[in-house]
Amino acid sequence: MRRWFGQSGFYALVVIIILYSLFPFYWVFKSSMESSISLNQPTTGMLPVQWTLVHYQAIFAVENFLRPLLNSMFVAGVTTIISVILGSMAAYGLARMPIKGKAAILGFVLLVSFFPQIAMVGPLYLVFRHLQWLNTYQSLIIPYLILALPITTWILTAFFGQIPQDIEEAAMVDGATIRQTILKVFAPIALPGIFTAAILGFLLSWNDFLFALSFIQSPNMDTVPLALVNFRNAYYVHYGQIYAGVVVASLPIALIVLFLQQRIESGLTAGSVKG
Amino acid sequence: MAAKLATKSPDQLTQRRPGASYLARRRRVGYLLVMPAIIALALVAIYPLIYNLVLSSRFDVATEPGTQHFVGLQNYHSLMTDPAFWGDLLHTGIFVVISVTLEFVAGMILALVVNRKFRARGLVRASILIPWAIPTAVSALLWKMFFDIRSGFVDFALKSLHLPGAQAVWFNSPILAWVPIILSDMWKNTPFIALLLLAGLQTIPQEIYESAKIDGASAWQSFWSLTLPLLRPAILVALIFRTLSAMLVFDTIFVMTGGGPGRSTEVIAYYNWYKYMVSLNFGYGAAVAVVITILALLLAAIYVRILRQREGFVT
Repeated sequence: MRRWFGQSGFYALVVIIILYSLFPFYWVFKSSMESSISLNQPTTGMLPVQWTLVHYQAIFAVENFLRPLLNSMFVAGVTTIISVILGSMAAYGLARMPIKGKAAILGFVLLVSFFPQIAMVGPLYLVFRHLQWLNTYQSLIIPYLILALPITTWILTAFFGQIPQDIEEAAMVDGATIRQTILKVFAPIALPGIFTAAILGFLLSWNDFLFALSFIQSPNMDTVPLALVNFRNAYYVHYGQIYAGVVVASLPIALIVLFLQQRIESGLTAGSVKG
Repeated sequence: MAAKLATKSPDQLTQRRPGASYLARRRRVGYLLVMPAIIALALVAIYPLIYNLVLSSRFDVATEPGTQHFVGLQNYHSLMTDPAFWGDLLHTGIFVVISVTLEFVAGMILALVVNRKFRARGLVRASILIPWAIPTAVSALLWKMFFDIRSGFVDFALKSLHLPGAQAVWFNSPILAWVPIILSDMWKNTPFIALLLLAGLQTIPQEIYESAKIDGASAWQSFWSLTLPLLRPAILVALIFRTLSAMLVFDTIFVMTGGGPGRSTEVIAYYNWYKYMVSLNFGYGAAVAVVITILALLLAAIYVRILRQREGFVT
């Protein structure tokens, strides 16, 4: 009897957890299909009063939501590529090469990930204003390195450290140069770890709001979070468009998480880095 | 120099013994590999830090051009005597304590549940992670709308369940405005804590629970006297990272309340942003930034101590 209660109690808990995580997404989806008229009246039920796709049309036709999507993809993509290249190089040096001061270097990388983003805003703003870089992609890519580079370096160092060294040593014995060993022998084995670091670097850059808010002033350069928040700064709150925009922007992210959940988890716990 | 010679020496190529010059060459390549990342981080993180230190000793307000001058510690003095700053610090402290506590308890429940073996566990694990991947600003935007009487579900749910709070105008009350803020923060960040705790749980061997059971320990007892102590390192790491990001909360506040009503939900990061980007008072903003950086680095120091105790620092 007690066991049966424990079992069903456990499954009730599972249901509550799933509802807690996913019900908000259902509500976003439902509201994105609701007409503006019913969105402006008190909620009456769990389904849209009248199904409509008008908000989806509006975000692309009226708000040009494609632009922030492309902006975010470009900025997060370039940041990820730079972070993964620099991070892999550093991680290989840290995990494989007999360099001195490894602890100090790793400590420095970790320290940077503790630096408050907000404290960077003023100095970077002044520097970018001086260089006339406000409102440009580089005014986002450069500060996003603060977000992505420490985590990629940290994760990759942990991953590279787990790869057995014998294979590279064998290649070296066979006369391969350091460069050949890294590119032909090591890189293929390290690829899953690099992929994991890339996903996390991408998500962290994609999720930024503070830097975009501070360095971007024209709607043309908006990233996704900034564009969504700005939907309501017009004459009235465009609930429907915000909901539709969130659906469009979150679907790819949700799919990434669903399919790559194990990678993301292993990355986040690899060196207990921040998220 | 020795390293340069080594590349040309046929001896070195054929021997492949880790002789002194071979080691030196590998070491040199190692430094070259590490260098770009270190330089990039120094440029984007250390440079602004130093810039802040310099800027904080100056009077520098963009709306009064040509009046910049050295003022020593005056910005810090104004900051320390500004009741608004202390109020925001208090709000931040309360927010940290409440949100991190709630997220820790919820994260622990999530981790314990997902650690059990049951059907569709993988799917559940993936679905609890999805909110974590949503941008904080978007989570805040959503929860702000969820609490809206017209387009949200909170009032609808409260009314349907005949609970108090329906029709409450959440964002007009200095106290109630914190409820959506904390719920949004919880929804977004609990998965992260759950993840770190789950990783910790999975390192605990199942056998010790079985022997505890044989010794007659209840599930509750073995949680308190086995799970919690063994999970200590994971708990500390999760708490430190969450404390850090809760201390620096900005997006949620900016999007949901803008610090209002009045200043009742204003936090230190918002204070800093306002001084920088609205007042355009860069000297004063820099002083705030330095204080916030010091608070963050104190947490980092604690974290490093824990890592050292746990396993040594080098991975």
